[in-house]
Amino acid sequence: MKEAKKGNIVKYNKWGYIFLIPFVVVYLVFQVYPLVSTIFFSFFEYYEENLAVVGPTWNNFEHYIQIFSDGSIVKYAENTIIMWLMGFIPQILVSLLLGAWFSDTRLHLKAAGFFKAVIYLPNLIMASAFAMLFFTLFASSGPINSILVDLKILDQPFRFLENILATRTLVAFMNFIMWFGNTTILLMAGMMGIDPSLFEAAEVDGATSTQVFFRITLPLLRPILVYVAITSLVGGLQMFDVPEILTESTGDPNECAKTLIMYLNSQISVSKNYGLAGAISVVLFVLTGALSMLVFWVTNKKE
Amino acid sequence: MKMKLLCVLLSTAMVTALLAGCSGEKEGQTLNICVWNDEFQTRFIDYYPGYEITDETTKSGKIGDVTVNWFVYPNEGANYQDNLDRHLQANADASADEIIDLYCIEADYALKYVNSDYSMNLADLGITAADLSDQYKYTQDIVTDANGALKGSSWQACSALLIYNRAIAKEVLGTDDPAEVQTYVSDWDTYNDTAAKIAEAGYLMTASVNDTYRTFSNNVSKPWVDADGNLSIDANIEKWIDMSAEQVANGYTTTNDLWGDDWAKGFYNDEVFCYFGPAWFIDFSMKVEEPTSIAANGGWGAVAGPQGYYWGGTWVCAATGTDNEELVKDVILTMTADTAILEKIVTEKRDCVNSKTVLEKFAADTSYKNDVLGGQNPYALFSANLESINLQLSAYDQVCNEKMQSCMKNYFAGNATKEEALSQFYKSVKEAYPSLNVPE
Amino acid sequence: MANSNSQVQIQTEKEKNTGGIKVRRAIAYVVLSFVTVLCLFWFFILFINATRGDAELAKGFTVIPGGYLIKNMLGLMGRPEIPIWYGLLNSFIIAGSSAVLATYFSTMTAYAIHTYEFKAKKFMFTFILMIMMIPTQVTALGFIRMVYAMGLENNFIPLIVPAIAAPVTFFYMKQYMDSALPLSIIEAARIDGSGEFRTFNTIALPMMKPAIAVQAIFTFVSSWNNYFTPALILKTARNKTLPLLIRQLQKSDYLTQDMGQVYFMIAFSILPVIIVYVFLSKFIVQGIALGSVKG
Repeated sequence: MKEAKKGNIVKYNKWGYIFLIPFVVVYLVFQVYPLVSTIFFSFFEYYEENLAVVGPTWNNFEHYIQIFSDGSIVKYAENTIIMWLMGFIPQILVSLLLGAWFSDTRLHLKAAGFFKAVIYLPNLIMASAFAMLFFTLFASSGPINSILVDLKILDQPFRFLENILATRTLVAFMNFIMWFGNTTILLMAGMMGIDPSLFEAAEVDGATSTQVFFRITLPLLRPILVYVAITSLVGGLQMFDVPEILTESTGDPNECAKTLIMYLNSQISVSKNYGLAGAISVVLFVLTGALSMLVFWVTNKKE
Repeated sequence: MKMKLLCVLLSTAMVTALLAGCSGEKEGQTLNICVWNDEFQTRFIDYYPGYEITDETTKSGKIGDVTVNWFVYPNEGANYQDNLDRHLQANADASADEIIDLYCIEADYALKYVNSDYSMNLADLGITAADLSDQYKYTQDIVTDANGALKGSSWQACSALLIYNRAIAKEVLGTDDPAEVQTYVSDWDTYNDTAAKIAEAGYLMTASVNDTYRTFSNNVSKPWVDADGNLSIDANIEKWIDMSAEQVANGYTTTNDLWGDDWAKGFYNDEVFCYFGPAWFIDFSMKVEEPTSIAANGGWGAVAGPQGYYWGGTWVCAATGTDNEELVKDVILTMTADTAILEKIVTEKRDCVNSKTVLEKFAADTSYKNDVLGGQNPYALFSANLESINLQLSAYDQVCNEKMQSCMKNYFAGNATKEEALSQFYKSVKEAYPSLNVPE
Repeated sequence: MANSNSQVQIQTEKEKNTGGIKVRRAIAYVVLSFVTVLCLFWFFILFINATRGDAELAKGFTVIPGGYLIKNMLGLMGRPEIPIWYGLLNSFIIAGSSAVLATYFSTMTAYAIHTYEFKAKKFMFTFILMIMMIPTQVTALGFIRMVYAMGLENNFIPLIVPAIAAPVTFFYMKQYMDSALPLSIIEAARIDGSGEFRTFNTIALPMMKPAIAVQAIFTFVSSWNNYFTPALILKTARNKTLPLLIRQLQKSDYLTQDMGQVYFMIAFSILPVIIVYVFLSKFIVQGIALGSVKG
């Protein structure tokens, strides 16, 4: 009996491999091969200029030295991180607050479903359309300035997109609006997963809501918070659509909103400098790869 | 393994294509044309004799036995050039039906194609200098390669003028008569004096610093990049930088981008004294179709302004490798050098055409009135302006001009010093063209 | 004495608590209303402005809708360089096909890991989890060079087929299977003589319907909104998706710059998603919470 079953399993188990074929083939062709060729070309001088193709000729680590020594990659990484932080900090705070309210049975909010639906909506909106909308809304003769001047808040239109802080704030604000609903729902799910008897015990002990939040909810949420932070950072490193459209590809003023992916994109599709683009890709790959490992480690540690 | 199979498949396809391409020495049966919008297309459809549309959506059609196909790649970023490049590079190996025969280009990047092997010398097609002698010289300079061979031809001569708001002129300058207004903007010093007056009355001189940019960049004494690949900034561009910085600081103009809604507000409201633009700008960009716009009420006037310049235009080139040489020759001659057709284009499409005869005829026609310009006839101005244009070109102009304007915006808006903005400019040009030598 | 004292204390504590809760609830409603406005305000302006003409827009903002909606639409439809109906159709084809492929094959991949015991199982599972967060952008360079070499530029295939390998969708499916697809059912099917492939299609797949629906929506939306990869692949106006057409309108040939049309185009691009969301929001919100993180 036992023998027969084992034989069966062996017979069926070849299907495990068969069912994996589509994934593996597509992954190899569309991800692994491109990755290998990207890494390969990063060591070559290889670009197009006015209908002529230069290279590929081997030039060692020249591109890596270049992007680090001229400060480009550091500068664009800095821009990316600053704008990510400007959006992420309010995002996590607001999400914690809203998540706590939504999951608080004593508070018993009416229309919670409506509010959840509303705050998640911006996440589904096309980022490029959203950015284009903000681009027109915040133009110096756009509706926002028109409203602010009509309400006498401003004397004259403010040039949002020519101000470094305002431009970064707009990018961060859009990221915030698009992602805080998602984070709220994740945190709320985490909070609801906490054993209710802990809250009951705290209530019996006369703990206030604030105490409950800081002494019980927050510590137990730590793994989820770490997960949210790292996935958000990986997402933040990919920031592209919003600043690309909001600044019309320039990243100006002073390239303050030019992100790593905008840099990569301009090297691929504008400059056609494949070698340099390869080097930028590799740096990004290493960065996101390391962060992914961290997520993997954090989420698996618990078990 | 999969890749290998793919390679085999691809190379078999290529060999078959090659074999197909070799058969037949006579004229091809397909005329393929690359364009970025429907401008040349509509003129071709309306005026090329014997063109019949067979497909309404793609506008492809037939001239006799020859099928005409349009390859339309929108001009967003480098999209058009990227696609054109790929077609041209594939021309040598393409099958007879896929060879690109004709393509359109713009002045800002014309030399990229003109100085390459991908454009044909018009003389090799049998087009002589005499055939094109009625054209303006600058339109031929733009498509003349380093060895003096003419490689393209245009039906347009986009002579550009200073277009002023008549109401503001009357209020501030006390006149809206073109001859008198010209005395207030006849050179850059008087232009700046006038700007001060306009600003004092609460108006902007121009909607953006970039309005005047082309006037300066058309009048440089040396090209952006010399024969050895050295990038340098011409004194006239420096002059634009300094003048613009001062104008922004004084509130005479702004750092708006061209074509944005901030910039375009002056089309509706009496806020902006002047715009700089050619015929197509007057007739198609100034919102004449909106009943409340200033253009619809004839509220603009035109003068020559401080310096002559041009803006825009489309050149038609013959692609190397074309198998329709006879037809290509005829298309170029018919569409860009046939006086009767050019005259029709002026009246029906309102293009400013590349023909001295036609423009002079319209200039002399006292019954011709432009409604946007309050009945003024601008053709005498157009024609005179075109004779004065003398260009210094390089194959890198488009990127240099764009980067110059976008980097200087940081300086004008107070986010960078002039030196910082200049180094941003050098860095971004070097990024686009790694082979160039830029000042440190 | 002490006893009654403490009783009083508890009572006041309770009253304070209920009073406190009322205040906190009031604050919560105020904050939530503010957040709602913050989320919806932009779309309010968008839809107002989409109904106004270029000339009106140049005069400033008003809350009263204008009468230009149809005119803006017809104006935009009359522009051959911005074919919005093709854009809509292309977006639908690409997003729809991606959603179908991603959910079907991710379920299949998850099924392989979930159901069978084989040597590479543990390795594959760990591997997919590790690559889950590597962005597609880092391979973009090699990807487009390969696409060009295959002659697939301006083609939908490179935007659709890669959806077969979707680690995030896989992960969600695997999570869902752990709780909703007992191996005993598969075992029972085997005893009935059902082939493995058939069991997957007729037994496992239907049981995964809720998870498939959630992931189909997410894949559809992210493909619908994708800008980076399509921008590298699609070239002709007729093959472009809506995000690319928006960009094209922003940078378009200047002869016809019209703000009314710009607002209309943005509204047109996001409206399909908003309409679907109005009907499915509850389901979608539950879906995110469901598959979020393990524990």
